[in-house]
Amino acid sequence: MAESIPKITILKGAAPDLSAATFRLNDESHTIGNALRWMLMKNPEVEFCGYSAPHPSENAIQVRIQMYDGKSALTALIQALDQLDTLFASIDEAYRANLLAGKFERWDEKS
Amino acid sequence: MPPTMPVPAASPPVDISERRLVGVHAECVTNVSSTEFPGHYPGEDHSWDLNAFRRSLQVNITRLSQRSIDLDLIGVDPSIANAIRRTLIAEVPTIAIEHVYVWNNTSVICDEVLAHRLGLVPLTVDPALFEMRDDDGDATDRNTLVFKLEVECREKPGAPADSSDPDELYENHLVTAGMLRWEPQGEQADMDQLRGNPPGPTNPNIVLAKLRPGQVIEMECHAIKNVGKEHAKWSPVATASYRLHPHIVLLKQPPLGTALKFANCFSPGVIKITDDGIGEERVEIDPQRVREESMSREVFRHAEFEGCVKLGRVRDWFLFNIESEGPYAPQDLFPAAIRVLRARVGTIKRAAEALASGEEPEVGGAVLNEQGNNADEDIVMMES
Repeated sequence: MAESIPKITILKGAAPDLSAATFRLNDESHTIGNALRWMLMKNPEVEFCGYSAPHPSENAIQVRIQMYDGKSALTALIQALDQLDTLFASIDEAYRANLLAGKFERWDEKS
Repeated sequence: MPPTMPVPAASPPVDISERRLVGVHAECVTNVSSTEFPGHYPGEDHSWDLNAFRRSLQVNITRLSQRSIDLDLIGVDPSIANAIRRTLIAEVPTIAIEHVYVWNNTSVICDEVLAHRLGLVPLTVDPALFEMRDDDGDATDRNTLVFKLEVECREKPGAPADSSDPDELYENHLVTAGMLRWEPQGEQADMDQLRGNPPGPTNPNIVLAKLRPGQVIEMECHAIKNVGKEHAKWSPVATASYRLHPHIVLLKQPPLGTALKFANCFSPGVIKITDDGIGEERVEIDPQRVREESMSREVFRHAEFEGCVKLGRVRDWFLFNIESEGPYAPQDLFPAAIRVLRARVGTIKRAAEALASGEEPEVGGAVLNEQGNNADEDIVMMES
């Protein structure tokens, strides 16, 4: 069942050079959608980026990316995903360092 | 809720630039969205910069108990904090009872209701030890745990005749979560991780049903691994929430004699009243306890305090509270969520790269199969 649905499809109407395209990400939600949108908007080569969850019962989101200077939206998407990964890795690293430092209050919580 | 509010071990800087603030006014909130994007401010570069992000990022754990953790996450966009929160609630896997086979149930609580209650019992099994079971897959010792619930209520011999206390009159009149008996299947019996810490409910005292003499419950429960978005019983947290750090600026002192009334407009401890020695009271904000402010905006309701304060919240300063309910220690939940998120991002990235490296993607129907990657396979519990 699951293997027949591709993870990413490019919706019709995309520019032939992919400088403007809408990507449909299957099995994704606002969790990734909003973070990805934010990271794409941090890219100065991106003219526009927005995402939508087309319908609550569709288990997918659609990310629209338009680029300046005919650059590839797919490349920008891959770059943003890579940057998101390093961002989460940095947060993880900072969390672990702080947990190890142990400078927090420990208290006994009754259930 | 914790009995007292957290006091941060090290308080981060309190001089907050106007751009980081969300305005809180009597009737509305302002400057809700971040504007720090490339091209928004002339002459400023706001493109993604990992090193700058790392410099401004702060994670401060403030309180930790055996059930919950409070932490400050400073310097990230709301979309990132929200992704972590949503993942904690809906996508970090746990194990819960899903299939219940009822051999006998003569209690007053009907099968489906009892089965539902069983499903909601949090279990102590480390989800990393088990695999996800496909919808149409078979139960194996790698993806299913079996529990038996066999209880019969009887009269207690020699119970006092005039007693009306069921504890004195009957045996097993309460069916509790602790009565779930784990039955190891296949190789489960030889797994050290399970033998050392036999699977069972996190709390043995949850009452599942009540019985009277002669009533019997005989059930077999199959627990499987899944995530909270399928059903809340698989959510590893009781709550995972954040709020933004309150920001209060005192613009001028309140009128003479109103210091206490002014302080009472805020949460206890947020406003300190000091005496300057000549009987004149002054108010000041306690920077260590501003975080306790509930943002009731009561101060805006009194005409005499007009223009005394400006209220706001810091847009990138998140006060997380995560309550564990299940197998994860509270300090392991945040890293577990990040691991799930990174696996998710990795899956999309591989799919996008395959799309990019393939021949001219067929617009309108570019086909790419999802890599056989299970986002949950690399969930490993942290050693604490």
